[in-house]
Amino acid sequence: MFEEVTKVKKPEILVTPKSLDHVNALIEAGADAFIIGEQKFGLRLAGEFTLNEVEQATKIIHEAGKKVYVAVNAIFHNDRLDALDDYLKQLQRIGVDSLVFGDPAVVMAVRELGITIPLHWNPETIATNWFQANYWEERGAKRAVLARELSLDEVLEIKENAKPEIEVQVHGMTCMFQSKRSLLGNYFLYRGEAMEIENRKENKNMFLHDKERKNKYPIYEDENGTHIFSPNDMCLIDELTELLEAGIDSLKIDGVLHSEDYITTVTNCYRQAVDAFFDQGEDAYNAMKDELLEKIEEIQPKLRPLDTGFIFKETVY
Amino acid sequence: MLQLIENEKIREVVDGKRVITKKPELLAPAGSLEKLKIAVHYGADAVFIGGQEFGLRSNADNFSIEEMREGVEFAKKYGAVVYVTTNIFAHNENMDGLEEYLQAIEGAGVRGIIVADPLIIETCRRIAPKLEIHLSTQQSLSNWKAVKYWKEEGLHRVVLAREVGAEEMLKMKQEVDIEIEAFVHGAMCIAYSGRCVLSNHMTARDSNRGGCCQSCRWDYDLYEQVDGEEKALFNEGEAPFAMSPKDLKLIESIPHMIELGIDSLKVEGRMKSIHYIATVISVYRKVIDAYCADPENFKIKKEWLEELDRCANRAAASAFFEGEPSYKQQMFGFHAAKMKWDFAGLVLDYNEETQMVTLQQRNYFKPGDTIEFFGPEIDSFKMEVGQVWNEDDEEIEVANHPLQIVKFKVDRPLFKFNMMRKENK
Repeated sequence: MFEEVTKVKKPEILVTPKSLDHVNALIEAGADAFIIGEQKFGLRLAGEFTLNEVEQATKIIHEAGKKVYVAVNAIFHNDRLDALDDYLKQLQRIGVDSLVFGDPAVVMAVRELGITIPLHWNPETIATNWFQANYWEERGAKRAVLARELSLDEVLEIKENAKPEIEVQVHGMTCMFQSKRSLLGNYFLYRGEAMEIENRKENKNMFLHDKERKNKYPIYEDENGTHIFSPNDMCLIDELTELLEAGIDSLKIDGVLHSEDYITTVTNCYRQAVDAFFDQGEDAYNAMKDELLEKIEEIQPKLRPLDTGFIFKETVY
Repeated sequence: MLQLIENEKIREVVDGKRVITKKPELLAPAGSLEKLKIAVHYGADAVFIGGQEFGLRSNADNFSIEEMREGVEFAKKYGAVVYVTTNIFAHNENMDGLEEYLQAIEGAGVRGIIVADPLIIETCRRIAPKLEIHLSTQQSLSNWKAVKYWKEEGLHRVVLAREVGAEEMLKMKQEVDIEIEAFVHGAMCIAYSGRCVLSNHMTARDSNRGGCCQSCRWDYDLYEQVDGEEKALFNEGEAPFAMSPKDLKLIESIPHMIELGIDSLKVEGRMKSIHYIATVISVYRKVIDAYCADPENFKIKKEWLEELDRCANRAAASAFFEGEPSYKQQMFGFHAAKMKWDFAGLVLDYNEETQMVTLQQRNYFKPGDTIEFFGPEIDSFKMEVGQVWNEDDEEIEVANHPLQIVKFKVDRPLFKFNMMRKENK
């Protein structure tokens, strides 16, 4: 058994830092790779990093021997294409390790500008089969980031058939809705409370209460429109075996709407889990996984129950 | 102020009068063979239908391959064409049977497919190369560079995201030589299409494989969290948070869209009734034809707008075409939906000698009711229903059986597929 699992590569633990200081803490906690960027180009980031900060973060991350990916996965409209070109040129100069994209406009821009940074394909909800992963691989994507709405079996089958690296989210909130419209702002305007929009512009503490399902869905607005999130945080800390055995290349911990300390602690838990599995074997992982889960449960915000996302849930249509 | 597309020839001057030579396609939804026939008869240049697999309306009747063939044949008589929506984002399990399905569609004489998943795009090119490939709005296509990407991938047409405005469309047309299809009428997604999985979370139904249960139409309560406490952001009795969009209605922007060179104007609603399709398509047909024939003297007629209203069950708005939609384009509070007119009967036959119409009943009516007839061959007119007979020539007091065949006297000529509607009081 031990020999068998050593054949597959240890996956990368991918995290979303909220600030430069947080990058250091996460390196310490055992993260292998970092997604950063700014909302003008990237979607639903845990923190905002200006180009200058991207440059500083890249230096820190590279010095630690880790990787830095920049999110350019917005749904672009014409008016942002020029800025996107400039941004990509700067990222090329800085030398980040990948560009995370969803919109084919990024593929076009990269070709036109001769950008040599590898691409990670991440259109979120629509990355649902291995054919698409291979299709984008042929068009320059080194990695495919899978939709969070897939079951474990689907994930494993994709990994088996996909040519690019496969990234899977294992922890955190997932986005379930993006509208270009200003839905919170519109609600306040409808109620004649224009002032509230300004007051709450930067707030990310609002949620929608679904009385029938007794669910609470975080909601906020930014330059990309309105985003609504899952009522639970997915947590696969005690369900990693099959993903690790399958050789999933990257495990993502999405820290959007969580605190730095929370993200750091969770990152460390996954570090311990992955190390135990690969360095000591599955038994060692099994022996510690319940404890790791408890550790996460202890720091879990009261409004955010944990679940396993769609990994063990069947959807019909 | 109309923006004019200049790099494409869409207009010319005939006898000193400007006319539009590039008429856009009027594209209608058709959830069944009957709806397809009505859509084409009422003036659609093309219809889009769903097959029994790979489409996004798992609740619609949807077409068998045999019905597709019949639909294509019917449409051909009117010079119209048929597209099939195959716009799911497939999961691994959906890959089986795709090749056979696409070949069958091609064999049925369908013009093209509307697709979102590259799996289906690539399979179609390999297996069914005669089919045109149109990119579905599920890909949320929002900028000209992405349009160019799909052009270079060999697609015939792209359907834009619902979030794209007139100015953006113009730039796309200027930068890329590809057919562009845009929505002009019908229900809207409030999210970027394809980027919404509310149904997956709330009801375990996959919205990107046809399971959408329209959770965006439900009401929610907005709260904020302050120091770990939950605080309601509404007062008792106030309208809850809602994100339900008004329906799209671009009837008055049709001239602008024609001048932009948009290739296909799409009406949404495969689940809608034949009455809805007939009403909406006939009005858009009139507007497109009138504008193209004489753009300088074109004026939208009040009667067209009133006609459209008759089958509306939601308030309507222009969404993104004329700029960012305001809160007034959403529905808050109580919004009871009621159609102003009900579809009451479909004309099967008219006997000019006896002036008797043979009608298939589609809704309750009785002698004495005020009803209206409409159709492409006639000017709409209202009348009071007189004596009514059933199929066995027995006089009846009320037509209350769905699909029953009835007859009564109408002193103006009617034609097959004309419709009868009744005011909803």
